[in-house]
Parts: sequence; C-alpha cells; structure tokens
Amino acid sequence: MLAFTIRRIIGMFAVLFAVSVLVFIVFVLVPGGDPAERMAGKNPSQQNIVNIRKKWGFDRPIYVQYVRMMQKAGNGFLPGKHGEYDILRSFDTRTDVAAEIKKGIPATFSLCIGAGVIWLFFGILVGVLSAITAGRWSDRLITGFALVGVSMPVAWLAIVLRYFLAEKPNNPVFPDGGYVGLTTDPVQWANHLIMPWFVLSVIFIGFYGRVLRSNMLDAMNEDYVRTAKAKGLSPRRVLLKHVLRNSMIPIVSLFGLDFAAVLGGGAILTETVFELRGVGWYAAQSVGNLDLPPIMGVTLYGAFFIVVFSAIVDFIYVFLDPRIRPA
Amino acid sequence: MAEHAVDPSLDTPALLAAEEHEVAIVGRSPWYLAWRRLRRNYVALVAFAVFCLIVLACAFAPVYAHHVAHTGPNDTHVAETVKVGGKEKVVIGGGAVYDPKTNTFDTSKSIIVLGPTWWHAHGRFVLGADNLGRDAAVRMLYGGRNSLIIGIGSAFICSVIAVILALLAGYYGGWVDWVISRFFDLIWAFPVLLLAIALGSALSVNGFHHFGIHIEPGSLWIPVLVISYVLIPYIGRPVRGQVLSLRQKEFVEAAVGQGAGPIRIMFSDLLPNVASTILVFFTLIVATDILTEAGLSYLGAGVRLPDASWGNLIASGQQQIHTAPWLAVAPGIAIVLTVLSLNIFGDGLRDALDPRAKVRIEH
Repeated sequence: MLAFTIRRIIGMFAVLFAVSVLVFIVFVLVPGGDPAERMAGKNPSQQNIVNIRKKWGFDRPIYVQYVRMMQKAGNGFLPGKHGEYDILRSFDTRTDVAAEIKKGIPATFSLCIGAGVIWLFFGILVGVLSAITAGRWSDRLITGFALVGVSMPVAWLAIVLRYFLAEKPNNPVFPDGGYVGLTTDPVQWANHLIMPWFVLSVIFIGFYGRVLRSNMLDAMNEDYVRTAKAKGLSPRRVLLKHVLRNSMIPIVSLFGLDFAAVLGGGAILTETVFELRGVGWYAAQSVGNLDLPPIMGVTLYGAFFIVVFSAIVDFIYVFLDPRIRPA
Repeated sequence: MAEHAVDPSLDTPALLAAEEHEVAIVGRSPWYLAWRRLRRNYVALVAFAVFCLIVLACAFAPVYAHHVAHTGPNDTHVAETVKVGGKEKVVIGGGAVYDPKTNTFDTSKSIIVLGPTWWHAHGRFVLGADNLGRDAAVRMLYGGRNSLIIGIGSAFICSVIAVILALLAGYYGGWVDWVISRFFDLIWAFPVLLLAIALGSALSVNGFHHFGIHIEPGSLWIPVLVISYVLIPYIGRPVRGQVLSLRQKEFVEAAVGQGAGPIRIMFSDLLPNVASTILVFFTLIVATDILTEAGLSYLGAGVRLPDASWGNLIASGQQQIHTAPWLAVAPGIAIVLTVLSLNIFGDGLRDALDPRAKVRIEH
C-alpha cells in the first residue's frame, strides 16, 4: 500500500510537470511572434517594445522563460508581497491573474458543489429507476429524457431558461444573474444559484443515468447476482448491496474527474451566461481580446484540480474494490 | 461457392449437403447481421433520416440563399422594406431610445428587427432578420454548414489519429504503449472546454506557422483541429483497450506465423475487429463535436464573426433576446435536433453491432 501511495504521488507530480510544459508550449511557443509588440499597443516606439521585452523577460532563453512563467503562476497563490514582475499578469489590464482566480473561487465552488450533489443524486436515481424498469414505458420515458439532456448545448439551455424564468419583466421566477455570498444571505445565495445548478447538472444527470443503467443491466446478468438471489436475499438487498454497489465503481471515477473539471473552471458556459463571476467566467472574459495569461492561469488551475482529484479517485477505488488493492 | 470448385479436397459436410440439394449456403457477415438488426430499429432509422435531412439542408444553403431568399449570409438590409403578405414592413425598425435619467441613448434593446415571415414574403426573411438586417434563415443554414463541417471533420481527424495511436499502443505494447497512454493522460488532465478555449485563443493570435503548416487566424481549420485534438483520448483509450486484448488472440499469432508484418497485422487483422467500435464512437463523437463547437464559438474562440456557426449565432442572438428571442432559440433547436438524432442513431448502431446489448434490453 505504501509503495502504491508513493508511486501514485510521484506519478501525480510527473503529470503536473507535463501539464505545465504543454501549457507553456500552447501559450508561448504556438502563438509565436513577439508578445512585447502585441502588448505595446498600436504605434509603439522601439524603445517601448525593448523595455517591455526586458521587463517581462521575453528576451530570455526558452527554458528560463518556462521556469520564470511557472514561478510567476505559483507566486500569486503564495502569501506575502511580490514584486511587480514576479507574478502572472494579464497583458491587457495588468491585473494579478492568481488574485482574480482566487476572487472567483467562492462563486465557482458554490456553483459546483451544489450542482455536484444534484447531478450525483439525480444521475443515480435516473440510472436505478430506468434499470429496474428496463424495457417498460417508464424506462423508455426516462432514457428518452436523459438522451435529450445530453444533447442540449449548455449555453443555449442557460440563455433560454434565463430569458423565460428570470428576465421577463413581469414576475420573474428567479433573480437574474449575479452571485450573493453564502455568508451574506444563505437564502438569496441558493435562490440565485438554482438555475445555474440546474443547467450545469442536466448534461451530467443524463450522462450518469445512461452509464449507470447499462452498468446495472450488465451486473444483473452476473453470476454473483444469481447466487445472491438463490440464497434468498430480498430483491431490494440484492439490488442495493450487490448490483448497485458494483455498478457504482465507474460512476465514482467519472464523478471525481467531472467534479474536478468544473471546480477547475470547466463550468465556463454556465458561469458566463449567468454572469456568475467565477473562475470559468474570468477565463471567458479574456477570450474576446485574446488576453492569454488569464486563460493560461485558469487552464493550469483546472488541470491541477483534475490531476489531484484523479489521484484521490484512485485511492477511493482501492478502498471500494479489494480486487485492485495492491499486495 | 467458388472454393470447392478450386479445391475439391475441402468437402465439408455442409458443402456436400449443399451440393446434394443444390442449395447454396449464403455466408452472412457480422456486418450483414448488424444491418438486419438495425433495419428493424425504426427509431434509429428515423433519427438517421432526420440527420441526413439536416445535412442536406445545410449543404444546399447557397441554393436556398440565391434562389429563395435572394441574399447572402453576410448581406445586410438595414434600410430596406419587405412585402410581407401585401404589407410593406421595415427590416429594422425602432431606433435609439433616449433615457433622461442617465442622459444616454439606449441602442442595444431598442432595435426592432423583422420577425419570422414564414412564407408570407415569398421566402425572404423566413426566420426574420438579425440586428444587422441579415436574413436569419440564410445565416442558420450557412452556420449549420460550418457547424457540421467542424463536427464531422474533427470527428474524422480525431478518429483517424486516435485509432492509429491505439493500434500502435496495443500492438507494440511496452514503451510505445507507455508513451501513447501518457499522451492520452496528458490531454485527459484538462477540462475539455478549457483546453479547447486555450488552444483556440492561442491559435487565433497569429495562426499557426510551425512545421511547414500555415493556418491563418480565423480559419475554419482552427476549431476543427482544436476539437479533434481535445477529444483524442475519448476514442483512443477504449480502442487501445480492445486492441490490447485482441493482440493476445490466436488469429494474430497465426498472422505472425504466416510472416505478416506489423503494418499488415495492425490494419488488416486488428483494425477490422475494432471497426464496429470505431463506427459507434464516430457517430457519438460527431454529436459531441457539434456541442463542443457550439460552446467554443459561443465564447468566441471557435468560428469567428462575420462567419456564422450555430454556436456564435446563439451568442449574437443573446444580445437581441428581449426583442427577438427566436434568433437565439432557433440555432439551439437545430443543434438539439442534430445532436439528438446522432445520439439516437449511435445508440441504435451500438445495439445492432453488439448483440449482447440486444439481449440485455429484452431481459
């Protein structure tokens, strides 16, 4: 177990390193050209460009730039005072990327934790209900809805809901956009988040329901289920303890990764449409004027969550399924 | 039955029996059996027909634009009037509204665009006009063309790359497998949309000018390549797993024994065995690609204006949602119909190609 833990943690750092190199390639090497010229604006003086190049370190060798870039990205998250050029800054507004990400975390976490609970609960409900009534009309109805759920463009669903439920001037059902802190007013917090929670959950509910349904139908044909039935266990017990428990293993790993992805800014569309000023919203704001550092910061931040969560999922796996437990 | 004519020593009982009764035994390939199962799945066939209709409609967008709507996707008709059912109507009405409180002109919400005319204007502005006086129906069709090109094109590129990588990894194993699997892990380590936006905006700065490949910013190749890249592991991982288990089968050993080279084993022995999986994944990935394109273009990192795509039509429709909600609603419905039909057909295809699934449903 110790060897497994050590190996997994080393693997995690290796992936993080690879992720940071890929992000550096995407943001620094792929665009090419001279970022200093882009930052200097229209009609810059030559001296201005040279100054920017020197201050931001664009004249240094690639590997030095890489190390500096990662130091900058990390520095912003560490406490303490930092010099002007020691942290990752937006090309456009020169604001601190890490500080902006930190500012977005409460909204993003509120959105994702709420939505995560909802989609896990309803995803399992949809999967179980359609699996135990497989082939009947209720199954057809539920799987039909699940299929429509996974076929909807998130942004469109959000816009349509917002228009019909919040933006209508006469009696809006829900408040329109914005975010109220949980500590400020818990009721308004939830009220503002109901629509975003729903929108973010829909696609996952459909997806998890479909995966769980087919897993459960597979499991129902397994020998151990026949044995359990033959032993005289109640159908409910067979379903919960034997079928569902084994079918949940892939769901756990799916949930771990999806949850990490939305925590890491993957809920961009939901956050953007509802103007929830979260991490994903911050990245989306920078797309319009191709301001790369904020997108880069959020991408690194998101990948960090996924890599760490996938390590956690592996540990949960080992705990759930004794067969994969290393000797 | 050509074989026994060539080699009379292969007289199996079945062949002898066939000769005796002069009844030819018809060989049935797995593909034929799958087709027979699919043929009875009317829901899947209807879904496929719907998808084909949408593709056809979008493919004939220029014909519609020239002969029915008499306008192009980027032609503006700001100061024009249209005869709708005998009445002259302006394409864009209203104007800036003065707000004395803030001493400003509100120009965003006050424009009143022509609503859907259906067929009352003889094919012009069937779905109304957008805020620049362009024909929304024409833009929908052209946008659909871009969305479908991106969806199908990137699914194709993605499948080809993923399958080649999966075959290499599964066939060679060892360090080749290790490197390719880590490559999949690396892409897997990013939230899909975030990586797509990162790549899309990084490529939009100056385009791509490395390794002798030149892609200009604003090119349709950018969303195609970005989306195909971020979804590689979704096909690559499961196919690699299948190849890995097929690699242990006797027929591969037999091929090796006959002196077949790696390329031949990979492409003429292993590939046909994973073809049904790839086909199902391809259908479902086209659906995922269309959704990803919609998200990417909505955020402005995919198809760039003035070119239309269903994604950026939703984005520009959002600005007009109070006065002309159909501008945002219509492209969304087109996406839902396309993706839903692909998903239903993909499910049907999987049930047909994997008979075990059929047994499961009847159970």
